[in-house]
Amino acid sequence: MGEEKKRGVMPGEACPVPVLDHKQIVLGHGSGGKLTQDLVEKLFLANFSNEYLAQLDDQAVLEVNGSRLAFTTDSFVVTPIFFPGGDIGRLAVNGTVNDLAMSGATPRFIAAAFILEEGLASDDLVRVVDSMRQAAQDAGVLLVTGDTKVVNRGKGDQVFITTTGLGILERPVKISADQAQPGDRILLSGAIGDHGMAIMSRREGLEFEGPIESDTAALHTLVQAMLDVSTQVHCLRDPTRGGVATVLNEIAARSQVGMELDARSFPVRESVKGACEILGLDPLYVANEGKLVAVVAPEVADAMLERMRSHPLGREACCIGQVVAAHPRRVLLRTEIGGTRVLDVMMGEALPRIC
Amino acid sequence: MCLGIPGQVVSLENAGGLRMGRVRFGEIVREACLEYVPEVAEGDYVIVHAGFAISRVDEQEAARTYQLLEEMGQLAELDQTDTDTEPGRDDSTDEPR
Amino acid sequence: MKYLDEYRDAEVARRLLEEIRRVQRRPWVLMEVCGGQTHSIVKYGIDDLLPEDIELVHGPGCPVCVTPLELIDKAHAIASRPDVIFCSFGDMLRVPGSEYNLLTLKSQGADVRVVYSPLDCLKIARKHPGKQVVFFAIGFETTAPANAMLVWRARQEGIENVSVLVSHVLVPPALEAILDSPWNRVQGFLGPGHVCAIMGYREYEEISARYKVPIVITGFEPVDLLEGVLMAVRQLEEGRALVENQYARAVTREGNQAAQKLVSSVFEVCERKWRGVGPIANSGYRLREEFRSFDAERRFEVAAIDTQESAVCISGEVLRGIRKPHDCSAFGKECTPAHPLGATMVSSEGACAAYYLYGRHLTTSAGG
Repeated sequence: MGEEKKRGVMPGEACPVPVLDHKQIVLGHGSGGKLTQDLVEKLFLANFSNEYLAQLDDQAVLEVNGSRLAFTTDSFVVTPIFFPGGDIGRLAVNGTVNDLAMSGATPRFIAAAFILEEGLASDDLVRVVDSMRQAAQDAGVLLVTGDTKVVNRGKGDQVFITTTGLGILERPVKISADQAQPGDRILLSGAIGDHGMAIMSRREGLEFEGPIESDTAALHTLVQAMLDVSTQVHCLRDPTRGGVATVLNEIAARSQVGMELDARSFPVRESVKGACEILGLDPLYVANEGKLVAVVAPEVADAMLERMRSHPLGREACCIGQVVAAHPRRVLLRTEIGGTRVLDVMMGEALPRIC
Repeated sequence: MCLGIPGQVVSLENAGGLRMGRVRFGEIVREACLEYVPEVAEGDYVIVHAGFAISRVDEQEAARTYQLLEEMGQLAELDQTDTDTEPGRDDSTDEPR
Repeated sequence: MKYLDEYRDAEVARRLLEEIRRVQRRPWVLMEVCGGQTHSIVKYGIDDLLPEDIELVHGPGCPVCVTPLELIDKAHAIASRPDVIFCSFGDMLRVPGSEYNLLTLKSQGADVRVVYSPLDCLKIARKHPGKQVVFFAIGFETTAPANAMLVWRARQEGIENVSVLVSHVLVPPALEAILDSPWNRVQGFLGPGHVCAIMGYREYEEISARYKVPIVITGFEPVDLLEGVLMAVRQLEEGRALVENQYARAVTREGNQAAQKLVSSVFEVCERKWRGVGPIANSGYRLREEFRSFDAERRFEVAAIDTQESAVCISGEVLRGIRKPHDCSAFGKECTPAHPLGATMVSSEGACAAYYLYGRHLTTSAGG
């Protein structure tokens, strides 16, 4: 009965087909919050249960003939495909490089599959691919294989890119969402909300002028610099869709620990703050593409921060809180005026509000 | 009903007969309709809701009442042993009924 | 950001809390009227910080929550039409009707778009002359001027392919409905700051005098809310019952005359049904006769829809401040923001959703 319940089967039903709450897929299923979690747990985990997938990290660390390989895949469907600070191509390379980097691995190889919409301007595609070339070069990864498909006009949003990455994990580390321990300090590599708001700034009806650029960047050298200081890095996550709040909740849930954060400690650019205020959005839930959250042993936290701050991608690195044994799976936030609030996982897609 | 954010008017323009303006919120600038604040000039602050300025911020009033807030703590510290209820400080411009 | 940051100052907040504790002698029950105020109270943990015997009850200040089920179903019926581009504020997108919400309709192919300003609908209408652009015009008095301008400009510019589905509600009748209830426990109100920026606060003077309750027109930031509580508690301790204006930087007694003028040119007062409460006389706006051609309910013949609310939902009592979200047996279990059963869970401004999102159900001990 317990096993069936886990797979979403109602007691008494014989058929093991997982039951999803919605009759149709909605945008919220892709936004990284509760609906996505639902989909992953009830559909994918239910069908493909194995020790690797069960870890539910952004990558899988596989043992092959004595070597440890990091393996990951990600799809990029962002609209618009060109935005301040980057484009879908750069995102596609950096995103996969980062997923590999979050295991402590050195990213080495990428494969890219393109789904192109009929009618896409060739110039746009050239721009996108050139951007990928540059990003791959900067990250030190080789694009070694790929695929291209074209779909009818209206069946794809200009271009979708799926990148799959392979990296080598040579350090004797186990960095995973279930490794956080009470007493650990929670570090953030820099200002949050840039990427999500840069995208918003180009969406119709929500335009604003302002210096908000996507923070898309390859984080593997930052990670290696951190691991040079100490291997007592327990968790690493890049807070993409769903933002920092979602990622911290995932770690708290997987590690069965509580967290206590300080709202005043989060660096947010003035421009991002202004944009969030107008649209009624919370920076803690906005996507980032060039930031990481690290959960580290308390004795190495200060040295870690120092090292991060000397790296170009970690200049504004700070400590945002700590892991506690109390209230397991719950992330608490001390508010700007000293009150307490629970930081929950994001619901569905973050929508601008006027109320 | 509710979400209204203060911003500073950067420029004014007439867009097809409609009084519009660019308003700065921190480092972000966004268009807003200023039709309901005809008295507002460049440099003034407004409260913007759903793309419309619904009120001009009375900066003098804001400064006055905020100063009272800042002083409040100091008075309280001086009167630490005073257990009487403090006489009601009337911050409103309203006549008593 | 000026006029925002200083009203989130921790030190000023601390002093206000101290002053509240100094002034307060007896337990009091206050209600903040506006959903945005509820949002802020829960977001900053203000109810946690206030003395235990000052109880904050959440008011019906959420036009999203109180939009009747029939109207939401009508909105969905209109949005499903292939010739319609349905525009709405983000707030309405997840509100469930009898079967769907606008997001699920979008997934089924309906052209549903989020707009930030009603004027965006005019741009969309001009760009798509072959389509009918319908705007879901919800809100309290705060949003009426924006919605009115859409209709006004549409007529002026001769844009015919735009119409509005109106569900405007007014605050003063709602306060009266709360105060008229024999179970009412609310002794003082934090009045709706932005509603009053438009309407002024003369209407509230009459209510304050008649029911002998203090009403403090309050802003939305933590310092505003704490100052509002302080002013209300002071009045209650001294036995006064007046309207005071905490939000004087944005609100005047007369309100925004230009906005009021346009609103009364386009809209007129009518009876409205409040979800969870029922019909309240003179509590809403509808388009005036000369603008009725822009009324989406008239333009699109939508059959009367039979609706049924959930039996377990206590939204009506929560909206009127009689009960709290965690008094409900379904709260946090069958009823969550993912699967809202009723009015107060549907938007992040509803009392139940605000509580859930900021985790009150997790931090309060069992039994509330």
